[in-house]
Amino acid sequence: MPVLAVVLALLAIWYVGAVLMNMKLVRDGFEREETKYTTAELIAGTMTAERPLLAAPHQIVATFADDIFGYPPNSPRSLIYHSAVTLSATFLGFVMGAVFGIFLAILIVQFRTLEKSLLPWIICSQMVPILALAPIFIVVLGAIGVHGLFPKALISAYLCFFPVTIGMVKGLSSPDPIQRDLMRTWSATPSQVFWKLRWPSAVPLLFASLKVAITISLIGAIVAELPTGGQAGIGARLLAGSYYGQTIQLWAALLAASMLAAGLIALVGLTERAAARAMGARS
Amino acid sequence: MTERQFAGALAIAVIGMLAAIGLPLSSEPAMALYGRPLPLTATLAAAALFAAAGLLPPVWSIAAGFAGVVIGCAMSLDLLGDPAIAGNAAFGFWLPVLATWLAAGLCVTRLANLRPRDNAVARTVNLAIPLLFGAMVIYLWEVAVRGFGVPAVLMPSPGATAVRFVHSLPMLWADFVQTFILGMLTGYVIGCGAGFMVALIAHRYRFLGQGLLPIGNFVSALPIVGIAPIMVMWFGFDWPSKAAVVAIITFFPMLVNTLAGLAAAGHIERDLMRSYGAGHAQTLGKLYLPAAMPFIFNALKINSTLAFIGAIVAEFFGTPTQGIGFRISIEAGRMALDVVWAEITLAAIAGMAFYGIVALAERATTFWHPSYRT
Repeated sequence: MPVLAVVLALLAIWYVGAVLMNMKLVRDGFEREETKYTTAELIAGTMTAERPLLAAPHQIVATFADDIFGYPPNSPRSLIYHSAVTLSATFLGFVMGAVFGIFLAILIVQFRTLEKSLLPWIICSQMVPILALAPIFIVVLGAIGVHGLFPKALISAYLCFFPVTIGMVKGLSSPDPIQRDLMRTWSATPSQVFWKLRWPSAVPLLFASLKVAITISLIGAIVAELPTGGQAGIGARLLAGSYYGQTIQLWAALLAASMLAAGLIALVGLTERAAARAMGARS
Repeated sequence: MTERQFAGALAIAVIGMLAAIGLPLSSEPAMALYGRPLPLTATLAAAALFAAAGLLPPVWSIAAGFAGVVIGCAMSLDLLGDPAIAGNAAFGFWLPVLATWLAAGLCVTRLANLRPRDNAVARTVNLAIPLLFGAMVIYLWEVAVRGFGVPAVLMPSPGATAVRFVHSLPMLWADFVQTFILGMLTGYVIGCGAGFMVALIAHRYRFLGQGLLPIGNFVSALPIVGIAPIMVMWFGFDWPSKAAVVAIITFFPMLVNTLAGLAAAGHIERDLMRSYGAGHAQTLGKLYLPAAMPFIFNALKINSTLAFIGAIVAEFFGTPTQGIGFRISIEAGRMALDVVWAEITLAAIAGMAFYGIVALAERATTFWHPSYRT
């Protein structure tokens, strides 16, 4: 209920903002044509402007629906097509990043030297604005003949391995000394300790970090489409919208990106619940 | 790792150094190590130090080992100055490099396994390990790039990047001011400040808080950087549009974290404030805000990386002719990768320094928090 109220209030503010911000634009339009106009016409004009400064929500939804349903899914004008391009890079990057992140975490937990020497650099690597590296990846990989999906996925992977590593290091080292001692009294081998104690206790943290990682992966895929001058994908759609001043198209692409993000998080959440059930959790 | 294994692995390093003396340094005709007095002496000295490291007790062995590593590194970097070797390095060159790498790894491992009792020494050791690791990575990078003759268009060596960095300081400074100080810092202050204020209001009026928290949580998971082209349209190409993007990106994490932090004050403490007859402002200043500090600093840290990303991405959509993001995309297009890497070095230093300042401020403000007690 409070959520609904706040959403409605935000929408109302948005509409008022749209009227105020587009007012000058529309008035200039009327004056250029030297037609007389009433206040009602002026406000109606702000709601239907073709290239508004701030698009009204209903315009965005209409364009969004049109971009989704108005064209066949494989047409370059369809948002489904662009979303699919971005999604494939997101998924590939997410899988690479998650596997690499888990691998690093296992190494770090197994070797004390790596925890001391490598972990600080992993943390530092996130202080570096990694997206600044995106064009270099593209240029270098392009120079050795790698194009298309892979460079984008690589940027996604670079961005999203970090939360997985940090979460898994925490998770894998979360078993109590008592539990580890118990495993030792059973004379468990290191691999048994890993699979029967460390890994199961890391799973909850793994999924928490996977949720963070998949949204970051989506951001990475979108941003990676900018400097590549990508022909397709949500990022390319944003770039095209900004070049040609198609504000409504921009907002529709943003809406699509938000929906993708929400869907991806929900997907990880579902997997988490399935995994928890498979591991014998009672809900 | 046992003493035996350590000594055995070091013996391999010694053999590697000594074996290199007779091997060819380059696939082109070039004098081998035995005909170059200075590198030969260095190789022998490094081998002797590695051998000593295998025999001495722990602390001395680490010192001897690192002395050998420094000599070994200097030797191979000196050899790369010979144009016959750079780009055509052969086995006789790589063997000492690998041996030095092995010895460095062993010494760092031994250093990490030291458990000094003195706190100050432990802190120095914990700082030294990642620094040594980083220095070794840069050395291997330099040697690999120059030894294999990787074209500068693909990957400049760290040395070339450093030279470029020093030579283009004025340009780097202008980019730094444009992106970091004008674009990012302004937006960071506005976004974090606004998020904080809204959180305070939402905390005061429960209804608003209940409505904003789920929305804030949802929005902070969205790819908000996508708003950049719209902001560029509204505020123009110069830094205000970057500041606007950064402000919007940093707003939601701050809002969500501050709200969570304000809710972190315990029931007992709240009841105590009530029994003292404290007003809202007093309770806020003396109980809620101090309790929220760890959360607020968490948001400040998250935001410090998000903000930088936002400022750089916004530059992809249009800038005046300076700025880190602008320079990177332009110079990458011109294949001037040493400039690009110099910019990245700048961005890395700025990003780490900013994060460090936030972390230091956190230590100074929330020193009472359990996570800092030892």
